[in-house]
Amino acid sequence: MKVARRLLDSVKPHFNKGGRFEKFHPAFDALETFLFVPGHTTADGVHVRDAMDLKRTMFTVIIALIPTLLFGMWNVGYQHYRAFGMEATLIDTFLFGFWKVLPIVVVSYAVGLGVEFLFAIIRNHQISEGYLVTGLLIPLTMPVTVPLWMVGLAAVFCTVMGKEVFGGTGMNFMNPALLARAFLFFAFPAYLSGDIWTDLSPEPGHAVVDAWSGATNLVTFDTNYPAIASASDLFWGFEQGSIGETSVFACLLGALILIVTGVGSGKIMVSCFVGTLLMGLLLNVLAPADIPNHPMHMPAYYHWLLGGFAFGAVYMATDPVSAAQTEGGKWVYGLLIGMFTVLLRVFNPAYPEGVMLSILLMNVFAPLIDYIVVEQHIKNRIRRA
Amino acid sequence: MIAESTPKPAGIPKKKNEGLFSKKNIQTLRDPLDDSNPITVQILGICSALAVTVQVKPALIMALGVTVVVAFSNLIISLIRNSIPNRIRIIVQLIIVAMLVTIVDQLLKAYMFDVSRKLSVFVGLIITNCIVMGRLEAFAMAQKPWPAFLDGIGNGAGYGIILITVAVFRETLGAGTLLGYKVVPQWFYDHGYVNNGLMLLPPAALFLIGIYIWWQRSRNRKLINVS
Repeated sequence: MKVARRLLDSVKPHFNKGGRFEKFHPAFDALETFLFVPGHTTADGVHVRDAMDLKRTMFTVIIALIPTLLFGMWNVGYQHYRAFGMEATLIDTFLFGFWKVLPIVVVSYAVGLGVEFLFAIIRNHQISEGYLVTGLLIPLTMPVTVPLWMVGLAAVFCTVMGKEVFGGTGMNFMNPALLARAFLFFAFPAYLSGDIWTDLSPEPGHAVVDAWSGATNLVTFDTNYPAIASASDLFWGFEQGSIGETSVFACLLGALILIVTGVGSGKIMVSCFVGTLLMGLLLNVLAPADIPNHPMHMPAYYHWLLGGFAFGAVYMATDPVSAAQTEGGKWVYGLLIGMFTVLLRVFNPAYPEGVMLSILLMNVFAPLIDYIVVEQHIKNRIRRA
Repeated sequence: MIAESTPKPAGIPKKKNEGLFSKKNIQTLRDPLDDSNPITVQILGICSALAVTVQVKPALIMALGVTVVVAFSNLIISLIRNSIPNRIRIIVQLIIVAMLVTIVDQLLKAYMFDVSRKLSVFVGLIITNCIVMGRLEAFAMAQKPWPAFLDGIGNGAGYGIILITVAVFRETLGAGTLLGYKVVPQWFYDHGYVNNGLMLLPPAALFLIGIYIWWQRSRNRKLINVS
């Protein structure tokens, strides 16, 4: 660490005002504060400052994402070897997935941070750490077969159109990572839906087994729900899907980290799960009795395990910028996300995964929910006075 | 009707001894192209801009149609502006606009049937296009015919510029063609390039218009917060 400190100090004058690389000061500043705790003090008056700054917050989310990332890498390999009917050791399976997932992560970070640096230099503001999380969330919501240039394009789109046009980190009204996925989903539907969830790069001497089907459980759910995988497979995540979302267990581990550290709102997570369950139960009651395979019959708790619901509820819906801010509003926000997720899944087979669209929708409505909550609070106070 | 009314404006301003293309008139014509662009600054006529910009050709025809309708309705209203009773002026304006739109629609149906089908209801909906009514109310009702005509041409062209810009991007990125000709080389597709399906959906036009507004306002700072 001392070496790094000395190196930074030696080049620092060049980046300060009047230095040769003054223009690139934001980039230097980002690197310096990333490596070392900044020594800034407040200019006037006494302020209580928490060590929990934005960088620490973002880093906590990244740590919370690690279980899903590691499991996702393993699952990529697992699904690959399963499709070819091969046996592979744990290490081989993981390494296969690692080499498939790593480029997506690298591209996402390189392109997204590049755009952030560019804007910081043009607009002369500090680079903020918002992209650290977005850059990891984007790969986790992608199928492993997604072409790398699409990941780059999505990263550019979500940084520019999702964040920078509104003024940068903290000003966005939608979750940038979900925006990136939605962008790709509508721009290149053939690459984000259909039989693309498993990496089928050829294995010499092996052919794809006959029993293999590219359909995810969400597609099966729409066509013939009793055929979906067992609840335990869905829970642990031995299924096809986007890289990071298959394992509900890994998501719950992440949720634990987020809630314990106070970074993610447990309220939103719980209300998302409750909303899904309520809507699922309601649909169970209303389900047509003469069509036993109708998706409305599926036990409500399956909605927790299917697709990216848990991932969305834990990491996406809790985004502190785009979620509802008031405590009461968080309940409404989460409940509605859960309900819309189930509605979209059951009644719109064109969009098998409803959680992405329902979170984006509620992101848009979050300010309205907050407004109503605040107004209601004021009314209550007046009545009591 | 169009043929009858065209020669009139040329005669009127001469009496007032103001050049046909005086500085003020040029300003009237040029302002709507950028500084008071109907779409990006006045935020009018967004709906049709989203709907007809998937390809360049319909956008071009639509822009021409709107230009003709705005210009001539401005001209006609301006000619009779002193004899329109104030209380029923909207109805009078609507009738004239509707007449012009019907002429455009019938011409399209007669000579460019395929384009007419692509534009479908949006030609008819020029009647309700906010640009037309907006310019009538804001300009033609209080101005002489020749400036009113120029204002119509300018606003139509300003609308057209945006429409065609958006359509060029949407068609090249969304379908790889321009006016129906292939512009994205096959080499790209061979190396994994894919047409962007989002560009074919209406939201893409919203994004593109948004980017245009962004670019326009960063170039021309006095436009910020005028609308």
